[in-house]
Amino acid sequence: MRIYTLVDDDDLETLLNDVANKYGYDFTEYSKASMKRRVNRLCTLDKFASFAELRYRVLNNDSYFARFVEEVTVNVTEMFRDQHFYKTLRDEIIPQLGVHSHIKIWLAGCSTGEEAYSLSILLHEANLAHKAIIYATDINPRVLETARNGIYPIHLIRGYSQNYINSGGITDFSDYYTANYDYARFVDKLREHMIFATHNLVSDSSFNEFQLILCRNVLIYFDKNLQDKVFNLFDASLENLGYLALGSKETIKFSHLERRYQQIGKEKIWRKMK
Amino acid sequence: MEENEMRRVDLVVIGGSAGSFTVLLEILPKIRTDIDFAIVVVLHRKNNFTTSIADVFDQKCALPVLECEDKDRIEKGKIYFAPADYHLLIEKDSCFSLDYSEKVNFSRPAIDITFKNAADVYQSKLVGILLSGANADGAEGLAYIKQKSGTTIVQDPESAEIATMPNEALKLCKPDFIANVGEIADLINQF
Ligand SMILES: C[S@@+](CC[C@H](N)C(=O)[O-])C[C@H]1O[C@@H](n2cnc3c(N)ncnc32)[C@H](O)[C@@H]1O
Repeated sequence: MRIYTLVDDDDLETLLNDVANKYGYDFTEYSKASMKRRVNRLCTLDKFASFAELRYRVLNNDSYFARFVEEVTVNVTEMFRDQHFYKTLRDEIIPQLGVHSHIKIWLAGCSTGEEAYSLSILLHEANLAHKAIIYATDINPRVLETARNGIYPIHLIRGYSQNYINSGGITDFSDYYTANYDYARFVDKLREHMIFATHNLVSDSSFNEFQLILCRNVLIYFDKNLQDKVFNLFDASLENLGYLALGSKETIKFSHLERRYQQIGKEKIWRKMK
Repeated sequence: MEENEMRRVDLVVIGGSAGSFTVLLEILPKIRTDIDFAIVVVLHRKNNFTTSIADVFDQKCALPVLECEDKDRIEKGKIYFAPADYHLLIEKDSCFSLDYSEKVNFSRPAIDITFKNAADVYQSKLVGILLSGANADGAEGLAYIKQKSGTTIVQDPESAEIATMPNEALKLCKPDFIANVGEIADLINQF
């Protein structure tokens, strides 16, 4: 048996340059290993016979390009993923935010919104939701559509409910959604103080100042150079003493931010000190 | 392959699933401390396995054992474990990238993903080892390592607690070595 990879390193570079030129989406500083895998996976899924065929389709068919973006950027997410993290948010970070008269939170790379609803639940339970705004952004307009609706397959809810309880949840999780046979829809009060918008971390600039920025499992898809640029963007978008929260295997230790930020215990949360 | 013409090795990547934990407990403490390469382990485990598996092995091994973090640089003389619930990738400049995408072969981390990606990066300087397990993850990846001129080792199905994974690999390729637990440690120490 021979195993073929349709798209090699040079092909990938060609394609990503083409895409940047034609569509303005710049993936050239994404993790090469991840991109190569995602693009080859897409070739298998959509049964391309050659790299040329894939390239032609991506560059000449706008709706296929939307699929390309959706598939090469990974959208997997969960509610209350990492119980420790959400427990720390609930017990230590959210109460701190309460001292502000307006709480502004940026959720960058929010995908289909599960994190946004989790965060909203925490704010409600801390009685802070009325003065909070969550700006939930992503590069991909399609996932934002799902996020706005807040409708998720019912078979996932049991796991989410368990995650909620494990992270210190205090009420009946089913109070937060209405269920029908296949789907659960999260209630409107959770959505009231969310703003969903497209924002590309590679090319768009800072648009506000926040007390908390969450960007989890997005930077793992970027190379170190791009990570550093995005850290600068976050730094410029964070108030003094504001918090930056990353995914459980991500770190600011390779960035010059490290000197000015203080880690909260062992969690992947850092506080801007200056 | 003659022993004295063994190719230089930069990375040994080990994949394991059900029944591999105890095998690793036997192998890893026996690795000599002056190895000139790094070892990366992709082990399937339950998500709710909360204590860090790297810590467990660090207690028992002379070599430092770490859990990979995103963009950590791979250093020779160290043993790295893929973290639970992420796929593990390696970049051309020898640093790790983690990936939180769909499960592959019902697994995250998936052995196939790391094996294939490492084979692309290290080619003939890679050694792939597949241990006991109850599914087919890793078989295709091991065949790909072989195709890219890496060295391949499969745990002898006879000695494996669950032989499915080694057997699936043997269906797809003829590895350089079929070895029992003790032999695997010796082989690693010879590279
Ligand atoms: C794996 S998901 C992470 C979702 C969620 N934060 C979590 O941790 O569960 C990665 C998300 O990052 C988004 N993303 C990728 N590149 C981006 C960019 N340049 N700007 C903004 N979002 C991006 C993807 O569209 C995807 O929704």
